[in-house]
Amino acid sequence: MAGLTQQSISTSSGGAFDPLRKRLLFPAWLMIGFFLVLPVLMMLVYSFLTKEFRGGVIWEFSTAAYDQFFFDRGLFGDEPAKIEWTYIVIFWRSIVQAFSATVICLLIGFPTAYFIATRPDSTRNIWLFLVTVPYWVNLLIRTVSMKFLIRDNGPLNEWLMMVGVIESPIHLINTNFAVQLGLFYSYLPFMVLPIYASVERFNFSLAEAAADLYADKWVILCRVILPAVKPGIIAGCILVFVPSLGAFLAPDLLGGAKNFMIGSLIEEQFKGAAGNWPFGAAASMILLSMVLLVLMFYARSQARTVH
Amino acid sequence: MAVASENVKRYPGFFFVAVFCLLVLYLPLLIVMAYSFNDSASITRWGGFSLRWYEEVFTGVESAKYKTAAWNSITIAVMASITATVIATSAALGMIRSGSWRGKATSFALINLPLMVPEIVTAVATLIFFSAIGFKAGYLTILVAHCVFCIPFAYLPIAARLQGVETIYEQAAMDLYATRTQAFLKVLLPLLLPGIFSGFLLAFIISLDDFIITNFVKGAGVETLPTAIFGAVKQGIKPNIMAISTLMLMVSILFVSVSYFVSRLGESSAKVAD
Repeated sequence: MAGLTQQSISTSSGGAFDPLRKRLLFPAWLMIGFFLVLPVLMMLVYSFLTKEFRGGVIWEFSTAAYDQFFFDRGLFGDEPAKIEWTYIVIFWRSIVQAFSATVICLLIGFPTAYFIATRPDSTRNIWLFLVTVPYWVNLLIRTVSMKFLIRDNGPLNEWLMMVGVIESPIHLINTNFAVQLGLFYSYLPFMVLPIYASVERFNFSLAEAAADLYADKWVILCRVILPAVKPGIIAGCILVFVPSLGAFLAPDLLGGAKNFMIGSLIEEQFKGAAGNWPFGAAASMILLSMVLLVLMFYARSQARTVH
Repeated sequence: MAVASENVKRYPGFFFVAVFCLLVLYLPLLIVMAYSFNDSASITRWGGFSLRWYEEVFTGVESAKYKTAAWNSITIAVMASITATVIATSAALGMIRSGSWRGKATSFALINLPLMVPEIVTAVATLIFFSAIGFKAGYLTILVAHCVFCIPFAYLPIAARLQGVETIYEQAAMDLYATRTQAFLKVLLPLLLPGIFSGFLLAFIISLDDFIITNFVKGAGVETLPTAIFGAVKQGIKPNIMAISTLMLMVSILFVSVSYFVSRLGESSAKVAD
């Protein structure tokens, strides 16, 4: 129906909607197709090539990269294959860290977003502005600032000791929690904004109706408000989880060597000592597949709510 | 009744969480800003107010390195964001003013692909691509990579704005015998300007901000500010890094504030147009 009306408008008016305008998309298609889609396909090819020492590849088909990822065949490669846990553990740790960061973002982001969305018009935009400003500050600078603040002899520990809350410095840096904190700091606005948008659209007369029927506040929150704003919560969780999974700066600067995540593993293959391009390409492909799976799951859940 | 509805909406603890949230967001930045004015060379003890680290950034031994890096960052950001904004404006017209056609959803996904692919994967893929076609890593490779990932950031505000502008304005112009080009340049473009401006600013900040992709495709010798800072931080956080960080922080906040007020103005002008 909508298509039909658009059609009739475009014939009668001489073309506010013009199919030929599709040509205006060509520059974007070309740019992204040539410099992103093609490179990703190339990366897939590279993950099946043989490694050259100190970076680069030899053009010879090989599944060695994936084999190295999943199987341990001993030092000389002649032992029976066992499952190689090193990289699976790194991926699993990344998933756990990204998940924890998402939970922290949700626990702090939901009340914040709800609070902002229920402000009067005059102060709402100021709150929203204050929450989003840090996102526009350079991610590297934010991460370095966090590192500076939570160091063993950094300002946070000094203050806490001065006030007398703690006796000796709390060791935060190079722990899992520091990485979660860094990821939380990096991506919090991604959680707040979609939740804010759905709470703002929520019709509060529903909550009033529930209150008139003697539901207490927490029942209203859990059974009336939360189900209604669920799409915003899911969107927020995905927007935090996906970039956290492949994050590099927070784990690298705040986590140290013990808390290695996917991002550092990949970086090491290209910039660091490891220098194994096919393996780095294979790890990137596995990360990309995981992210696409999450996004597909999301798209399907969206489609289900529409119908 | 109004009182009752306020009560239903309000959860007392949420205010404190929101305040705590702002505290966590701003505390690290404020601390770094404060310590960048610290006279003491120690990064923990406060030795009085001074601008010596700012002086060192501009005139010290490493100033040449940071000046080149800053110049690279700014020129790349300007060129990449202008290119991305032009491509994105064109793409927004192609998406929103072309009626409905098969493959439109795919086209939308393609334009937003840089947002969906994890940054580190884009970085790896771009590095492999340039090395495979034998293109030397350096300034140009950074510029091209930045143009690509800036496109969706420029596209989203422009497309949102274009969706808010009804077609009647262009139709009226064309009914009065304006050519399609005239209708675009004299009627649609001025209405789109706030969206184009915030798209450009967004792309600009995103380009300045990027570390991972730049770090992969930069090659030896070419540095932008984030890669130069990252290299220095690996040796330890020194006060001059905090001074540079504070300067960059100021620039970002300035840009966001300008963008915010322009979009507010744009909203009110759109309301007038309605």
